[in-house]
Amino acid sequence: MRQPKIIVVGGGLAGLMATIRVAESGVPVDLFSIVPVKRSHSVCAQGGINAAKNQKGEGDTTAKHFDDTIYGGDFLANQPLVKRMCEAAPGIIDLLDRMGVMFNRTPEGLLDYRRFGGTLYHRTAFAGATTGQQLLYALDEQVRRHEAEGKVHKFESSMFLSAVIDDCGVCRGICAMDLRTMEVKTYAADAVIFATGGIGAIFGRSTNSVVCTGSAQSALLQQGVDYANGEFIQVHPTAIPGEDKLRLMSESARGEGGRVWVPRNPAEKRAPRSIPEGERFYFLEEWYPKYGNLVPRDIATRAIHRIVYQEKLGIDGQAAVYLDVTHIPRETLDRKLEGILEIYEKFLGVDPREEPMKVFPAMHYTMGGVWVNGEDQATNVPGIYAAGECEYQYHGANRLGANSLVSCIFGGGLAGPAAVKYAKSLEKGAEAAASTVFDREKKRQEEKNQALLSQDGTENPMTIWRELGDIMTEHVTVTRINKNLEKADAQIRVLQERAKKMNLSDRTRWSNQTLNFARELENMIILARVVTLGALARNESRGAHYKPDFPERDDANWLKTTRAKWVNSEIRLSYEPVDISQITPRPRRYDAAK
Amino acid sequence: MGDGKQVIVKVKRQAGPKQPARWEEFSLKWRPSMNVIICLRDIAESPVTRDGKKTTPITYDSNCLEEICGSCAMLINGKARMACSALVDQLDQPIRIEPMSKFPLVRDLAVDRQFMFESLKRVKAWIPIDGTYDLGEGPRVSPEIQEQGYPLSNCISCGNCLEVCPQVNEHSQFVGAAIISQVRLFNMHPTGAMNKSERLAAIMGPGGIQDCANAQNCVHACPKNIPLTESIAAVNRDAWKQALLGWLG
Repeated sequence: MRQPKIIVVGGGLAGLMATIRVAESGVPVDLFSIVPVKRSHSVCAQGGINAAKNQKGEGDTTAKHFDDTIYGGDFLANQPLVKRMCEAAPGIIDLLDRMGVMFNRTPEGLLDYRRFGGTLYHRTAFAGATTGQQLLYALDEQVRRHEAEGKVHKFESSMFLSAVIDDCGVCRGICAMDLRTMEVKTYAADAVIFATGGIGAIFGRSTNSVVCTGSAQSALLQQGVDYANGEFIQVHPTAIPGEDKLRLMSESARGEGGRVWVPRNPAEKRAPRSIPEGERFYFLEEWYPKYGNLVPRDIATRAIHRIVYQEKLGIDGQAAVYLDVTHIPRETLDRKLEGILEIYEKFLGVDPREEPMKVFPAMHYTMGGVWVNGEDQATNVPGIYAAGECEYQYHGANRLGANSLVSCIFGGGLAGPAAVKYAKSLEKGAEAAASTVFDREKKRQEEKNQALLSQDGTENPMTIWRELGDIMTEHVTVTRINKNLEKADAQIRVLQERAKKMNLSDRTRWSNQTLNFARELENMIILARVVTLGALARNESRGAHYKPDFPERDDANWLKTTRAKWVNSEIRLSYEPVDISQITPRPRRYDAAK
Repeated sequence: MGDGKQVIVKVKRQAGPKQPARWEEFSLKWRPSMNVIICLRDIAESPVTRDGKKTTPITYDSNCLEEICGSCAMLINGKARMACSALVDQLDQPIRIEPMSKFPLVRDLAVDRQFMFESLKRVKAWIPIDGTYDLGEGPRVSPEIQEQGYPLSNCISCGNCLEVCPQVNEHSQFVGAAIISQVRLFNMHPTGAMNKSERLAAIMGPGGIQDCANAQNCVHACPKNIPLTESIAAVNRDAWKQALLGWLG
């Protein structure tokens, strides 16, 4: 029998889980990643991973986890797969536990669970405040084991440029660039799984890592792979502002009792800890008594914006509020939150155990993503699969905290076997595809590189990127107003023109990071338009998508998935119904029990 | 350049592994909370040296920018550390930035640390699970073991401990403290302990634990405060025990 071959692009949680599943089934995998996979962005996830194990005797069930997830996502997610994910979550925790993840433990030696946003249950397993790092390492170790056994071949300094698609519209492999030799090559595979993460970089500064540009998703869109719910991005309420990055301050800080507040008096001059309790405004607790500091992220983010921009109560008139853990015993903080408190201390030089942290919302997560079917992570192009943050399936209009890690592992775990099954079902594999199919893709990509390297323009890619980020952050994040979105799109199109005049101040062909960044930037600009146009079209407010001119959720007109297609080199939006077969949509409110 | 405070940065440049090295000096506009990554980005946006010569952006590795991915290790004022957490205001100027010296150079500040990942393979730094299918819960682990193991599992493979180790040089294949510490981590786990002797055997060969000369530089260079010297002592004890039993047996 013919031996199929699978390619996985991206080595974060989803990509590694897919890789393990494929390798386990005896099928060889080529794993492509821009960075050594151990350095993938999943390491930045902090607070934990959700699973309704009901280990605190609260009566938690997977059905409640499912309901919280759908409700938290404001009913935009297709329900059947979300249900399966919530049912699979306890088994995923068991698997990670067996892989040796150093989860925090109860005195009995069982896994400990903490509370997270958008739920009333202790449902979140955690390893200190570096859970993503710990889970990624566990999967990285398993992949390394398969690699040592010769089942996995890694290409760890390699950037995906495009899919190789034959004349019948079937994916036969990928075209990638070696980031040292800058050589462009094609690689044949019967199926390709994309797990390329979020798109934070199109907002300039975000909580995302440098590699989270969305470049692969955009390249795929331009090759006919649809992109869904682009307008849904999550702005995390609590991040530390910075010029290079907005560093996340995990929801787990609030899960462990952290409180958000501002001084009631906008002219307050005293140090935060000397302000008496009665003169502090714990606005989340006051506005949302049931969930308090643990309302979902979109709610908390809008509340902070309201405090700063409408009530003018930001600390010292600045865009910042206090996130206070100083009342929690030091021993508890060090045992459960040390990783994140260290980040604050290291980058700001202030000990958050002594001094309340100053935080502000930041672009954090991409709910939208590559369109996949509701069954097995397949996209609309045969042979192309997607899993993890780069696809749109699990979080609807807003992701609940600690659901990302579980969705990455679940999605990756589904995509692996699905790709194998598909590859085995092919009568003729990639090896039978005409060599001209590979040659023309390679030529197309080489020509793009050559054009960028030789053009004599006046524009600097870093400058264009910064401007793109400024436009997106100002107009396309928390509050969306149609005339501003129109303006933003016009400005992005100007950037698109200017990008044609990029001057690469480095024209060498060895480890030229300016070249790959320029390639990414071109793709980022197109994806930025997908986000902006999707937001412009959706005249309602749902989850993280908020339009003051259309403040209500509008199920009659907008309970539907946005599907962006690439038609004649332009973005075209279409819509399809959401599968609400399990839970009937109801109003979403967190000021009372749901 | 007269207006506002400047930051002076000197970067060691090398176009490739076989190319000659040279230093370039840059003058950048100071801003609050500036780190070395921001300096490198400023240079990429305007690649002009202090004396007005056009140059190329600097090649360097970075990703998370919050000291958890391990990418951006380099020598800053002679010290092996992560560029993202190297705050300009805490550094003497001119800030000297060089690539790590114990790993093969790729270009400028980027080096190839594949050796560390290969070493992880060598010591079988994993729990050999039967498969990813449902086999129920893992073993119970006491909070005490978790509190010992968790700090060890924070290792980001940055390579700083190898960079500062006098035993890591062109005449040795010493795997370094990070890898030894991983042996301790996996041998500590109830399931991992089942393959303890295999890992100990792997860490005793050439380039293994006996190459450690107890300089203890590693533990001071670790950005994650991993108790590396404790790990070395613990693994050393176990390795001797195993070797002795081998001789007696």
